[in-house]
Amino acid sequence: MERHRMLKESQIMKIHYITGIAAIFVVAVHILMRLIVPFGSSLEYDYIISNYKNIFYVFILESILVLISIHGFNGIRIILLELRQNNAWENMITIMTISATIALIAYGTRTIILANGL
Amino acid sequence: MKELEHDSRNNLEGLKGWLNPSRYGWERISYWFQRITGVFLLIYFIGHVYETSTIVNGQNAWESFLELTQTVWGHLFLIMVIGASTFHSANGIRLIFTHVGIGLGTPGRPDYPYNPSSLNYRQKSGIWIALILSAAAMYYGFTVLFGE
Amino acid sequence: MNNSNKNNKDEKKIVLKIFRENTAQKTDRHYDKFNVPYKKWTTVLDALLHVKSYMDPSVAIRYSCRMASCGSCGMKINGIPRLACYTKISELETSTIECEPLPNLPVIRDLVTDFSRFFNHHKNVQPYIQSNDGVDDSDTEKKTFSFYQSPDDVDKYLQFSYCIKCGLCYSACPTVGTDLKFPGPQALAQLYRYFADTRDEAKNRLDIVDDRHGIWRCHFAGSCSKVCPKGVDPALGIQLLRSYMLGISKNEKKLAKKIEIKTNEENI
Ligand code: HEM
Ligand code: SF4
Ligand code: FES
Repeated sequence: MERHRMLKESQIMKIHYITGIAAIFVVAVHILMRLIVPFGSSLEYDYIISNYKNIFYVFILESILVLISIHGFNGIRIILLELRQNNAWENMITIMTISATIALIAYGTRTIILANGL
Repeated sequence: MKELEHDSRNNLEGLKGWLNPSRYGWERISYWFQRITGVFLLIYFIGHVYETSTIVNGQNAWESFLELTQTVWGHLFLIMVIGASTFHSANGIRLIFTHVGIGLGTPGRPDYPYNPSSLNYRQKSGIWIALILSAAAMYYGFTVLFGE
Repeated sequence: MNNSNKNNKDEKKIVLKIFRENTAQKTDRHYDKFNVPYKKWTTVLDALLHVKSYMDPSVAIRYSCRMASCGSCGMKINGIPRLACYTKISELETSTIECEPLPNLPVIRDLVTDFSRFFNHHKNVQPYIQSNDGVDDSDTEKKTFSFYQSPDDVDKYLQFSYCIKCGLCYSACPTVGTDLKFPGPQALAQLYRYFADTRDEAKNRLDIVDDRHGIWRCHFAGSCSKVCPKGVDPALGIQLLRSYMLGISKNEKKLAKKIEIKTNEENI
């Protein structure tokens, strides 16, 4: 029963490590975008909108969204798995983490697409 | 002896044992911080994705939401985020190395007083570096956010 | 006679605070305190035996070798898992010594805990050498060869084979503290011990712990290695094992050369 799984735990953990490392680079770009102009004006509406129209930056934002959602919710899955052990709980965690990951990515992507069209 | 089943949770340290990371050295503290900062960052991240989504409702919505975060407490919270993400990333890199057995030494012939090679200073110093970087980043954040 | 009397006068005393509970009879949990004399070399086990001999024979403890070899006297002493026979009172430097059963193992009575789950996890990693020559491993007489291992080959696993199954690491591990299905440091380190042994030909050892409650639930908190009384360094074994599972260390296993043993007739 227990063996019918899409991914082995070792594969999931490889994803966890890789998303963690990749996040460092894309988040660094994201933060640099705030720092190359004075911090206050980096948050001005027009500047942000112009960011959203820069396709390279849009790509960075979407990567951050995907990488950190996967990494962070997998982290939560790990913590919850260790907390309690029975099939109902464990299946619920799997479903919850996958849906939460998808939901957050979808919501953030919506912002990116809409802001790009503004 | 039916009550002593293998899946008995009797005498498990549980969350109470988890809450006190001070008994077993730096690696335990690192584990504890990595987890706390991880959860904290995820909460921030969800909030951040929500916060920035106000931009699609136009300039007014964006600016009024931004105002909510431009308070002393908002800035202190941001400084915590800066510290947490710096620690979590730096220590995360250390953990990736240690998890694949790099920097832990090799098995040998243990002798009294049996100092374990995996708890060596090379690997441990990564925790301290992460803490120092985190403090430096928080200081920098402080000067930017409160400096004007 | 005189001499021993004089010694008794300036003998130092310690308060031994012992956890008491009888699980089968569902007695209340409480602590009993005893004033126990000690010398520079008195161990916590000595002190407990003093209590049993002269103060309260009903205190339940488990011990055998008194020399950190059998692994039966593990208990939580001043909040940290240790062997009672390997912990000197003078080294603890506290005026009260608190003895509690090893955490993460169900209490049977007082300081005696149930190791069934711990041993089950140990058995589950197949802690024995397996060979593919078709000869039953227990049938040593039919084995017509001996293994060649260089000292370097031996060093790869020797340290981990010093484990005395005392359960201190299991008791210190923060993951074991909430996760019953996690094998724990002892079992994982033993899996590595056999995996690293060139005599072992088992094929799927790594799969045993590639599970959501398996080796990945180790976060290198290092507490196991901190408390291990034999220098096994289970955390090292676990991370080395993980390096194979992630493909960082090369996966092909080196096998020991087998050298045919000449039968008696041939020798004559
Ligand atoms: C910036 C957003 C990030 C979030 C929201 C996040 C979230 C989390 C969470 C919730 C955990 C679980 C903690 C645990 O299992 O004990 C975790 C673990 C971890 N994270 Fe992150 N993380 C982030 C960034 C990073 C980065 C940049 C790295 C660096 C490479 C990283 C590396 C790790 C590692 C190595 C673990 C340990 C996994 C383990 O202990 O098994 N994370 N993270
Ligand atoms: S690894 Fe060390 S602490 Fe753990 S059971 Fe073996 S001897 Fe005891
Ligand atoms: S009595 Fe044998 S290890 Fe302590």
